[in-house]
Amino acid sequence: MEKEQRGAGALLYYDQNQNYHDFVIERNPDKCIQCQVCLRQCSYSVHGYDERHDEMRADETRCVGCHRCEALCPTGAITIKKNPSDFRDNALWTPWHIKNIYKQAATGGVLLTGMGNPSPYPVYWDRILLDASQVTNPSIDPLREPMELRNYLGAKPDAIEIINGDELKTTFTPQIPIEYPLLFSAMSYGSINLNIHCGLARAAEEMGILYNTGEGGLHPSLYRYGRNTIVQCASGRFGVHRDYLNAGVAIEIKVGQGAKPGIGGHLPGEKIGPEISLTRMIPEGTDALSPAPHHDIYSIEELRQLIYALKEATDYQKLVFVKIAAVHNSAAIASGMVRAGADVIALDGFRGGTGAAPTMIRDNVGIPIELALASVDERLRQEGIRNQASLIVAGGIRCSADVVKAIALGADAVYIATAALIAVGCTVCQRCYTGKCPWGIATNDPYLAKRINPEIAHEKLANLIRAWGHEIQEMLGGMGINALESLRGNREKLRGIGLNEVELQILGIKHAGA
Amino acid sequence: MKRVYPREEVCIGCHLCEIACIVEHSASKDIIKAFKAETPRPTARNLVEEEGAISFSVSCRHCNEPPCVQACISGAMVKDYQSGVVRHLEEKCMGCWSCIMACPYGVIRKNPVRKTVIKCDLCPERPIPACVEACPNRALIFEER
Repeated sequence: MEKEQRGAGALLYYDQNQNYHDFVIERNPDKCIQCQVCLRQCSYSVHGYDERHDEMRADETRCVGCHRCEALCPTGAITIKKNPSDFRDNALWTPWHIKNIYKQAATGGVLLTGMGNPSPYPVYWDRILLDASQVTNPSIDPLREPMELRNYLGAKPDAIEIINGDELKTTFTPQIPIEYPLLFSAMSYGSINLNIHCGLARAAEEMGILYNTGEGGLHPSLYRYGRNTIVQCASGRFGVHRDYLNAGVAIEIKVGQGAKPGIGGHLPGEKIGPEISLTRMIPEGTDALSPAPHHDIYSIEELRQLIYALKEATDYQKLVFVKIAAVHNSAAIASGMVRAGADVIALDGFRGGTGAAPTMIRDNVGIPIELALASVDERLRQEGIRNQASLIVAGGIRCSADVVKAIALGADAVYIATAALIAVGCTVCQRCYTGKCPWGIATNDPYLAKRINPEIAHEKLANLIRAWGHEIQEMLGGMGINALESLRGNREKLRGIGLNEVELQILGIKHAGA
Repeated sequence: MKRVYPREEVCIGCHLCEIACIVEHSASKDIIKAFKAETPRPTARNLVEEEGAISFSVSCRHCNEPPCVQACISGAMVKDYQSGVVRHLEEKCMGCWSCIMACPYGVIRKNPVRKTVIKCDLCPERPIPACVEACPNRALIFEER
């Protein structure tokens, strides 16, 4: 790893715009013991050691604000702060826009970023309140009474026929039981490393839920977690072969991604090492470019062909998920997807994360998942086909209250990914695309990837699911509901606050007080 | 006996184990005082070996048949067969460095000030050695094998 520092006088030889950096590093000299832990932990070579004066130095122009040095400093000597240096106030030309123009004027390139949309658009979860029982129907104490969080993903029949009193005549398509309404969303092997994948797989196995491989194939060592795996088939078809399709309990066709609707995926060649090359079935060092569309899907009819091709290839034993980014006509598309044979619809909202996306697309394309979910659920109910597919939502689910609200809006379960990464240390610094993640998450550099210990990742992820599970049970109990399935689409349990008529109508909820 | 085992595959080369060892064997047992006020600063008894992406922390293996004990000419290095710990009795050490040459792991170090050797004592005052407790990534395991 590069460990060089800009020495004194270097200010003479670099682009002055670098001085408009985002963060400053405060080092308390009374606490700093020159142990150089920060220097060794920073993958952006921010920290340096001046041997002659026995003191630490920092090149703040390189700091991405990931807080790794602060987290590992044994004396708490480091504080990372926003750079107080500011431009003259201007409501239109904010420092953000000004700095971006400087960058593009210098490089001529597309602005890149990682993680989800950070812009201050409304977060509808925060404008929705939950109901609770008082007097007329008793609330339920989940510590003393049964509280069912188990859910079954898959198409449900329109009606059930029983013969001979207790014998089920109706045949079901495959159903996947999940113990919590929480699944780990698609993150590919390559965009994140094997240690994290391993942690996700083990946590999914322990908690009886599923994790999604993402579009980078499945490492041979993870086939053993097949009962808790969703394999993904994206437009690049990386790592897709017969054994892979049969490895999990479900196959997800990724049509779009919330973070970057309408564009494909790109894993830079630098990240394609020998193991990833084998798993993805592409040469080492070549960029893995997923096209924006599936080049064999230009209509719902062609989507149906792929869904049934996958079902044929797996002997109708696997569920087929279809994932789309939440866009203006999600409801109509979702209706088509159900009619095309999708067992599960996954909707990914505009807050969804990514390893790399053009900043302009991440920040400006797509719609909030809350609105997309409400409109899709409503449309499928109106058409009488809501039972024919399960509905999973993704994209910025931050806590168990978001999960409960999503289920009351009509989801069967939610996908979490950013929350899962935060659980293992991610500080959402949005620099995943550099491949230098100092937390060892979005990197395949062996020196950095070791920072994720699969055993610790497994424990933390399982703890997160467990904790959210307890909270979901408490919230359900408060509403006087003792099974998750009774909450699904139960919008009477929701009230909007500070929302206008149109928003309330789309969400299908009343205003608080009504 | 319980020993400290390094796990190279998850060692992140942060050297916090060395810092913990220094603090544990300092007079003040306070990290800032140990580094800023105590002279000489205590020497760490463990050592992080690094080569490219590979790193691991090594300290005395407390061998069943310790070569350092056999090499010691003054009886300063002793094997306590009850606890299994290889102890160093500083008052007997004459600084001949025979144990350093004999140790196959290179985990006995010179104490430059006192002209004696220094090695891991498995933190007799703690239930778990300081290095193990301080490791942020469970790259050091204290267990019976």
